[in-house]
Amino acid sequence: MSDEHYLELCDNPVQFENASSVNNVFFDEANKQVFAVRSGGATGVVVKGPDDKNSVAFRMDDKGEVKCIKFSIGNKILAVQRTSKSVVFPDKRSVKLLKSQSINVNWYQYCPETAVILLSTTVQGNVLQPFAFRSGTMSKMSKFEIELPVVPKPAKLSLSERDIAMATIYGQLYVMYLKHHSRTANSPSAEVVLYHLPREGACKKSHVLKLNTTGKFALNIVDNLVVVHHQSSQTSLIFDIRLREPDCAVNTHQPVLPARSIHPYRIPLSGPTVVPSQPAVPCQLYSSSWSVFQPDIIISASEGYLWYLQVKLPPTVNLLQDKGKLMDFLLRRRDCKMVILSVCSQILEGGEKGSLPVVATVFDKLNQVYKEYLEAEQTYTLAMESGPSRGSAAQKRPVRTQAVIDQSDMYTHVLSAFTERKGVSHKFIIAVLMEYIRSLNQFQITVQHYLYELVIKTLVQHNLFYMLHQFLQYHVLSDSKPLVRATPQPRLSTANDEIVEVLLSKQQVLGALRFIRSVGGHDNVSARKFLDAAQQTGDQMLFYTVFRFFQQRNQRLRGNPAFNPGEHCEEHVVHFKQLFGEQALMKPATV
Amino acid sequence: YEVSAAGVCCAGISVPRMATGMQEKQYTPSLLSFFIYNPSFGPREGEEEKKILFYHPCDVEKNEKIRNVGLCEAIVQFTRTFCPTKPAKSLHTQKNRQFFFEPEDNFWIVMVVRNPMIEKPNKDGKPPTIEYQEEEILDTVYGAVLRQCYSMYKLFNGTFGRAMEAGGVELLTQKLEKFFYRYLQTLHLQSCDLLDVFGGISFFPLDKMTYLKIQSFVNRVEESLSLVKYTAFLYNDQLIWSGLEQDDMRILYKYLTTSLFPRHSEPELAGRDSPLRPEVAGNLLHYGRFLTGPANLKDPEAKFRFPKIFVNKEDSYEELHLIVYKAMSAAACFMISASVELTREFCEQLDSLVGPQLTLLASDICEQFNINRRISGPDKEPQFKFIYFNHMNLAEKSTIHMRKTASVSLTSVHPDLMKILGDINCDFARVDEDEEIIVKAMTDYWVVGKKSDQRELYVILNQKNANLIEVNEEVKRLCATQFNNIFFLD
Repeated sequence: MSDEHYLELCDNPVQFENASSVNNVFFDEANKQVFAVRSGGATGVVVKGPDDKNSVAFRMDDKGEVKCIKFSIGNKILAVQRTSKSVVFPDKRSVKLLKSQSINVNWYQYCPETAVILLSTTVQGNVLQPFAFRSGTMSKMSKFEIELPVVPKPAKLSLSERDIAMATIYGQLYVMYLKHHSRTANSPSAEVVLYHLPREGACKKSHVLKLNTTGKFALNIVDNLVVVHHQSSQTSLIFDIRLREPDCAVNTHQPVLPARSIHPYRIPLSGPTVVPSQPAVPCQLYSSSWSVFQPDIIISASEGYLWYLQVKLPPTVNLLQDKGKLMDFLLRRRDCKMVILSVCSQILEGGEKGSLPVVATVFDKLNQVYKEYLEAEQTYTLAMESGPSRGSAAQKRPVRTQAVIDQSDMYTHVLSAFTERKGVSHKFIIAVLMEYIRSLNQFQITVQHYLYELVIKTLVQHNLFYMLHQFLQYHVLSDSKPLVRATPQPRLSTANDEIVEVLLSKQQVLGALRFIRSVGGHDNVSARKFLDAAQQTGDQMLFYTVFRFFQQRNQRLRGNPAFNPGEHCEEHVVHFKQLFGEQALMKPATV
Repeated sequence: YEVSAAGVCCAGISVPRMATGMQEKQYTPSLLSFFIYNPSFGPREGEEEKKILFYHPCDVEKNEKIRNVGLCEAIVQFTRTFCPTKPAKSLHTQKNRQFFFEPEDNFWIVMVVRNPMIEKPNKDGKPPTIEYQEEEILDTVYGAVLRQCYSMYKLFNGTFGRAMEAGGVELLTQKLEKFFYRYLQTLHLQSCDLLDVFGGISFFPLDKMTYLKIQSFVNRVEESLSLVKYTAFLYNDQLIWSGLEQDDMRILYKYLTTSLFPRHSEPELAGRDSPLRPEVAGNLLHYGRFLTGPANLKDPEAKFRFPKIFVNKEDSYEELHLIVYKAMSAAACFMISASVELTREFCEQLDSLVGPQLTLLASDICEQFNINRRISGPDKEPQFKFIYFNHMNLAEKSTIHMRKTASVSLTSVHPDLMKILGDINCDFARVDEDEEIIVKAMTDYWVVGKKSDQRELYVILNQKNANLIEVNEEVKRLCATQFNNIFFLD
């Protein structure tokens, strides 16, 4: 069961002095800094950031209770708020009013990532007015209204700031509204409604996430997934807004996976300085003292920890039975490569009936992403070649994410081991390799030669020469370059030569001999090449067999088992004599 | 082996082919007799009849049968003294030609073919003069036909030795009688030619992607119906994929294309038993149906018996059910171990799984085929005809032969030209080296044979007043331009 926790708190939390009657704790979302203010700052302010560089400690005069405290970017200016209408900058600086807007505001939310502020206006508070800050200017964006489950009469403030959060998902800014269930409005369970807030244009309701339960919730965004924590059940749900549900209306989403709690976390007893022998105590997850910040921050003020929430992909593999959907899910995650490759290996282990269609679906999904990357790369290369002057914005080189699983990845991590595995039928091996080649072809991706080599090796190992010929005949095992339009023989013999080279390089000397015999080319091949390969294996019996084979060939062709000087096999004859003695050589038949 | 009604043509009766003069009649080669014997079964005098396992025609008097068999035995014995390993293969006489073949130890099959002849009427009521054209028929062609007879028997019955083990001479003679009685009626000796020598397989030209889709289909079916051991896939009577070994596929292909498919296409063409009524499996329409086994799955009386075939397996033989299932022009052969009993459930499962997929594939292939044809340009009557054969993969292609039916295979060129092709082929067979032979025929035709590596190409050109150099240049040009889409198959 422990394998099923697909969410976890990070290993290296930011630690700070826990909140108490003498120690106030503040969090600045913009710089991700935690401020521990002891006795109003008189006995010290300790600032801890995501890494040690951002940690600062100082003292300041106790001039009353601190309501809020923040640094500017780069820790240059400290701002302290002690009353509701004044902010103090400890260093003397002048502040200039650049622009003002006059609106009645109930509350506000600020998204540092996109520099957008959201103001709650009107009596009910459900008309939201966003402003965007960009290079010193403030621009008004179009306002929008959140649909409330019930409209109160008489009107009163009905939208709380706790139920609104802003976050970037797949590069787009969304306003997330936690819509609680309401008996009167006939909505049996809570849902999260996402409003897409584009840089230009109107804000639109875009997604509805079905929570299928009621109670207290908190939201995080991790790896473009919306995580919804449910306090009473102490579990979390994840939603992927790009995953389309076939049985749901468009843009209505069910959780990707069944609800699970965050992976249990243990806190070392001694606090920050960890002594290895010290026992650790389990941390209470989903505690009411937790504060959740966007996108992925969870703070326990009472224990003095700031964690980043993380998604663990391996447990998702067993929770999501539909492999196609699983691939859709994994391909959008950041650290997906090894998990995807392990899923591929896993479905090939199967041996269960009907796994080929699943294999095909998975390959197609991987190659879709692979192809998109190759195309982007090609477009970029072309743009670079045509000169940077063309096109005003400089083309960005496409980023190769982990989701790009190329042929070499598949070969190294999945297919090569799969074809070597004992107990797998060769029929299934060939079917899988052909399915991968089919999928690559379908996406017009040039197949790499080592995949052909795997097919050839497998066919030859099982003496399936006729299948091999048929594949060659339909050019399934050739590269996708335009075919040489000449007489057929040079091309075919090239293919045969290539196959022989492949087999010899894989030390499949007998397989190569059997193959060349099956195409009737054994009278013309170079004996030296085969003898070299046989000698290199160090297998004496193999060398003996190959040597004998060619002696017999010489006998048949020329009436004498000896090699012609032109064949350059002198050293092999010497080697043969050393191993088996002069008398083992075939003598010319006496007439 | 079943024969369609249309295919029955009594052997031995000559068919006038062409009247060259007043009442002059030409007779094509025909089957005089066909018999199988084993000299070890009646070695003593007075027991000679025991040697004879099968004799056609059956109404021949006993002593004549014994005499004919004895003569063959004697010829074979006699020729052995010259070359113990290669006894005589044929005996040429003025009136007929005999072919000998020993497929298994001591089992001999003999086929006697009457030479083609011309009957010239004489004046004054004198009986007509008969002129035998003993040089007009080729050993290679009829030798191949004889070997094919045995291969076909073996495909459906296993070896002679197998029948002997199972039920002695009695069972063997029964099997031979049952098989050859019908099979010999389908031999059309007058239309045998070079293609019989090759015994090749015509492959359907296909792009890589569609080919891979078919691979995928075959693999999936074999995975879901694990009983299926081998699959073969054909389109338009041409092979696309064979899971069987080459030699087995060669003879199965012969059976499918000259017997099974024509038998089923003739009623289709006649509009009877229309296959164009789609079946509904789940919510999918499909045109799949069984060509062997149950004609109609919904028939409560339907029998689930399939023909059994024997294929090579290392040193022994494997007995298999042969299921042939067709949707539109695509046919899939599924072979299942004969030890398994096939049930209605299995056939229904196969029908619902394969029917829709095969229907879809068939229309994909058809679409792709039309696209390729459009690219390669409109069908023009080319200035030449050809036969191509690749010994390595048995791929053959002929623009000389029209559509094969159960009854006849039609050629579009004069038999004299076909004879030249056969002669060139015999020349090629004598040497291992690559060769090229150019022949000027009596008419305006030039015949060019090229052999290189394992391939043979025969081209018939109709060019008046061309000289040897021009013909040679023309063939070179044809190889470079016209044959690229033919040779793309190998």
